[in-house]
Formats: sequence, structure tokens, C-alpha cells
Amino acid sequence: MKAKSETRIVVGMSGGVDSSVTAYLLKQEGYDVVGVFMKNWDDTDENGFCTATEDFNDVAAVADQIGIPYYTVNFEKEYWDKVFTYFLEEYKKGRTPNPDVMCNKEIKFKAFLDYALEIGADYVATGHYARVRRDEDGKTHLLRGIDQNKDQTYFLNQLSQKQLEKVIFPLGEMDKKEVRKIAEKAGLATAKKKDSTGICFIGEKDFKEFLMNYFPAQSGEMKTFDGEIKGQHDGLMYYTIGQRQGLGIGGSSKSNLPWFVVGKDLETNTLYVGQGYENERLYATHLKASDFSFVNPEMIPQLLKCTAKFRYRQKDVGVTVKFNTDFSEAMVEFDEPARAITPGQALVLYDGEECLGGGTIDAAYSDGVKLQYI
Amino acid sequence: MEKIYLDYASTSPMHPEVIQNMTEAFSEYVGNASSIHQFGQKSRGRLDRARRAISKSINAKPVEVVFTSGGTESDNMAIFQCARAHQNKGKHIITTAIEHPAVLRPLEKLESEGFKVTYLPVDSKGEVTTQQVEAAITSETILVTIMYGNNEIGSIMPIQSIGRMLNENYSHIIFHTDAVQAYGIESIDVKECHLDMLSVSAHKINGPKGVGCLYINENIHLPAMLVGGNQEMKKRAGTENLPAIIGFDKAVEITQRDQSDRKKRYTAWKIVLLEELKKANIDVRVNGTLDNKLAHILSIHLVGTAAEKLIIQLDLNGIAVSVGSACTAGSPEPSHVLQALHGQNGTAVHESLRISMGLNTKESDILYLAKKIIQLTKK
Repeated sequence: MKAKSETRIVVGMSGGVDSSVTAYLLKQEGYDVVGVFMKNWDDTDENGFCTATEDFNDVAAVADQIGIPYYTVNFEKEYWDKVFTYFLEEYKKGRTPNPDVMCNKEIKFKAFLDYALEIGADYVATGHYARVRRDEDGKTHLLRGIDQNKDQTYFLNQLSQKQLEKVIFPLGEMDKKEVRKIAEKAGLATAKKKDSTGICFIGEKDFKEFLMNYFPAQSGEMKTFDGEIKGQHDGLMYYTIGQRQGLGIGGSSKSNLPWFVVGKDLETNTLYVGQGYENERLYATHLKASDFSFVNPEMIPQLLKCTAKFRYRQKDVGVTVKFNTDFSEAMVEFDEPARAITPGQALVLYDGEECLGGGTIDAAYSDGVKLQYI
Repeated sequence: MEKIYLDYASTSPMHPEVIQNMTEAFSEYVGNASSIHQFGQKSRGRLDRARRAISKSINAKPVEVVFTSGGTESDNMAIFQCARAHQNKGKHIITTAIEHPAVLRPLEKLESEGFKVTYLPVDSKGEVTTQQVEAAITSETILVTIMYGNNEIGSIMPIQSIGRMLNENYSHIIFHTDAVQAYGIESIDVKECHLDMLSVSAHKINGPKGVGCLYINENIHLPAMLVGGNQEMKKRAGTENLPAIIGFDKAVEITQRDQSDRKKRYTAWKIVLLEELKKANIDVRVNGTLDNKLAHILSIHLVGTAAEKLIIQLDLNGIAVSVGSACTAGSPEPSHVLQALHGQNGTAVHESLRISMGLNTKESDILYLAKKIIQLTKK
């Protein structure tokens, strides 16, 4: 083993408090820490304002405080090709993509990882709330972060053994409060910075407005499965299964229950709405998924009983997963019905603390009948 | 790890003698050079001595040198004030495509205010010709502003020839040069070049940051940009930054010491670097040419190597070089100079490094740089 001072750790710094503390802690431990800011999106406006500049300024301030060199790497092209193109394609298919999962798979733990190794990294660290366990035989396992509320393994589910080999997640053993406390105690410039919300390329902007820049609004009918027309929708891609906001229809009719998106039909350009959070059309008993990736594929049996998440920050649900022979597809049966299973989102599988990997949801079923979600 | 600085074109460290003179000046010259009392007189005397020395270095009169906060202010003042004062005679300005942003941004501003600007393209050497300038002149032309030497690739413009042409046939047109990068490396004579205005910055020649000057031919009318007190022949208001001007004065003196030796040294090291790289079979090309260039600047195109990554790798190996252009959020923007030379999408735009040498540079630094470039590009 190299001495700590000889061990170079490249930290992906976003200008947020988590990656700031990550860099700080590693530096405190005596490693040769280098901060790298990823510029993945060019949002420079007509006034020359670019949100990346603000974040980069925070990286510069923190790097100066903890005494590490820092640089920017530009992945705008890679991000556009691998993440944004996928994002648009999925929307076009009527699905709801998860760009954060793709960004981790293709940018942070591929393009960035390669880059870090090229500039001499022995390890790469990020501020994700997740843990990596290394067996004596060299096998790497991905574990949930200690802070159950912040655990980010959902977004890391597509990472391979090879991608995780050189990765360190110093915050995995901590909860967010502790991280804030460390940042405050160290006086880091980002200690009080608000957590970023939403997707990096959309930022604080209105999601629907953003999508409208890329897809022309194709309005169509908004109706119930009984055929009652409730109004017009602005374009199917602006709506997600289970969504309540933005429909513009009140209680009325049978009951005073609020209205939800309960289905879509891309072919007829119809948005189906139904009443009540617990509307039966929102509940599935099975799902079909593909695009699987596992940290340790040899650990996965053809028939797997484990727990799963269908969306971030949701409680685990017990599942039985039946893979096809080459593990490219699976039918997943739930121990109890699950609400708003959304095609395009990630299915992530867990065995206790360990995140085994995951796939992408293609379809949801209720007692053998495919739900009209696309 | 010993650090090697090869980015003198960005800025240079202050010379120890400059530091010493300035340190003494802070306690020695306490008076305001505009005051009547003896404290003021002492400062005034020192200020005038500096002005004489600096004006002499470009063959100008002392009254023709106005101290400013540096190159950017000098360029802004020259361009904005000339345009504003002479717009009744016409609203056309001629420049080149590879000027420093301190020239280009003021010109863009003037364009938005109704001026017309001709940006002359450069040839593969990074130069414009006197004929190009002459061909661009119209009856509306009031100002020609062309840099003396380029800050990214070091190409030198035919300033003397352009000045002569303008003086002979278009003496009403005002001629400005941004000599920020050339001053101290090239001997510049404003009379021989028929220059009306010339910008200089102290920090490129081992002087302090935040001070420079603008030479203004006494026969042209250039109103003040900063107005207030009567300092600087009423051409630039604000109490003079005397300690910095004293440092500037010293730096000017130092540049005159072994100018031709330095030029020879730097030019020889450029060849050393290129030969080392070629010996290792690295496909390296010079942006522009080796001849007729500012001796301290070398811009090289390393074919197939992403420059943005290489400068970071070099920095982590203790060597500071540059890509030469501006950054957004730490990421370099494509250089307008390299684009002018190689076309907008030329691969050289993202595969070029700028190496710039100065007083502390040693041949061993250049050899170490060559060794590291070879190591890092061969990996």
C-alpha cells in the first residue's frame, strides 16, 4: 500500500456541501486530494450568465479553504450524447427516464472515472450516500448509505464491479446532519448552501417549460377509462403516472376525490385520468424490466427473492424476480400491490443492506393484465 | 516538488529589485503628488522621474505618457475615447481578428452604438499585411488599432510599415497598438512607427499588477475617460498609484538590461523544445511560425492530444503552462486566435499549448517540460 500522502484521490466536486465535505475529509486524512468539477451542460444565457460558474466558484472557494488543487473537466459532449439524447428518446417513447441513473453510469463513473485515472488518480471519490465493501478476494459490493433517508444507491444501481473498484464514498457512513455539521465546523464556504433539487440541466426551471423547448405541444383528449372526456392535455410527455398537479380538473362528478393521471395511450394520444390517490388503475402486482446490470452478476440466481425499490426514497417492497435465461429481462412479482409503477424508471434490487443492481421498468401488470401506461 | 512557471504571458513574478523599490516607496513617498507641500513635491518629483524613464523607453515625450491601471484600461481608453472624440469625422475602425479581449470587447460595444468595425483576417503566420489595412480604409475610417505582438501565438504585426503607410497617405487616421505583450521583449519606437497611441502593462515585465500606461501622441485629441481631479495632464483622474509606478519604472529599467540576450535565449529554447519532442516522434506543429515572433511565446499544436487535459496533467507534475484563452467555469473556451488561424473547427483549437518564458526560465525547465509532454502524451 502506498502512503496516504502518495495516494492520489480525485474528488468529483459539484460545488455542493456533500462533495465539499468529501474532499475535506480525505484531505484531513492526509491523502493527495485533487478536486475536479464536471461541466456537463452549457446553459450560458444571453447575458453571459451560466449557473455552472456559480457552482465552480464554490468549488474554488472550498478547494482554497482546504488547500487542494482543482480543475474543470468538460463533458458537455459526452453528457449530450449519452444522457440527454437518452432522456429525449425515452420521453418520445412515452416513458419517464431517469437521467441521474444514466449520468452515474455513463458520466460520473465512466467518463469522469477514466479521466481521473488519466490524471493519476489511485481512487475516485464522490459525495454520494452509499457504501462500498471490498472482500478479501477483491470483490466489491455496493451497500446502502447509513442515512436511510439520503441513501443514493437507487441512482447507482447500474454500476459494474469494474466501475466500483476504484471508488470511495466517504459519506456513506454518515448522515446528512453530520455532514452539514462537519462543513459548518470547518467553515466551508458551502456549509449552508441549499441542496440542489431536480436534474442538473433543468435546474430550478419549470420542468414542463423545459420539455416544451424540445417537443412541440401535441394536445389531445383527457378522459376516464369509462370514456368520459374531462378536458384536454398539453402533450403526453408532460405527465407522469400517478401525477396529481397540473391537470386543471377539480373534484366534481362521482366523488370529491382529487384527480390523478392513471394511464396514457401514445397511439391515440389520450391521457387517462381517475379519481383518488388509491385509484385501482394505479396499482400493479407485477412489472417487466430489462437492461439489467449487477455489481456481482454471479451472485444472482435465475429466481431471486429479494426487496426492490421502484422509485427513489420509497420503502422497499418484497419481490420475486424471474429472469429469462440470459438475464436480459425479468418478470417481477410484488409481495403487495405497488402504486404508480412507471415505465422508464429504475427497478433496483436489494438483499438487506446490499444493492445488487437493477434494470429499467418496461411495463406494469395487475393480475396478469398489462396496465395502459404508455 | 519544484514548480516550473512557463506562463509569463499571463503574468510574471515581480523582480526582487522591483519588490525592494516598492517596499521602500510605501514609507518613503507618503505625499500626494498633486499637493503643494514638500511631501507632495517629493512624490511629484519621483512620479515625473518615472514618467521620463518610461517615455524614453519608447522614444516619447514625458507629457505623452499617462499612467493607468494597466493594459485593459489603456486599451479601453484609447478606443472608447478616440471613437467618441472623433466620431464626427467618421465611424469606421480597423482592427484584426486576433486582438486581445481588452480591444475586442470595446469594439463590439462601439458596434452596438453604430460604429462599423473591420476585423482583418490573419494569414497562417498569424499576421496581417499593410496592404490589407490599406485596402480596408474608407473615408469614414478614424482609427486603426492593431496589436504589436499577439499574446497567444506571439506573431508580430508590421506596425512600422502600417504606421508609415498611414502617416504618408492617411495622416488623419489615428493609429493605436496594444503593445502589452511586446513591450520589454521588442524595442519599440513610437516615432519610427508613427504611432498615436500605445498600451503597456507593468505586470507582464516583472513589474506590479494594476499599473500600466497609455502613450498618447501630444498632437492628438484624446479626452479623459476617468474624470475628476487634474492628475496626469488631465487625461486620467485619480491619485497616482506611486509605489506601483515606481515598481513599473524599475521593471522598465530591468527589461532594457539584456534584451537581445534574452531574445536569443528564448528563441534557442523554443528550438530545443521542438527538437526534443520531434526526437520522441511527437507530431508537433508551431501555431504561426518560429520567425517574426515574440521571443518569449511559443504556441504548439500537439496533434491528437487534448490540450485541456494535458495542462492539468502538467500542472499536477509541477509545470504551469496555458491554453491561452478565457474560461467559463474553469473550462477553456475555444481560442478566437487559433480559430482565426486554423478555422473554427480546426483540431488545433483544442490541441494547442502556450508556453511562455521569462526572467527565471532555465534551459532545464524546458527540457523537463519536453520530458513530461513526451511521458504524458505517449501513455
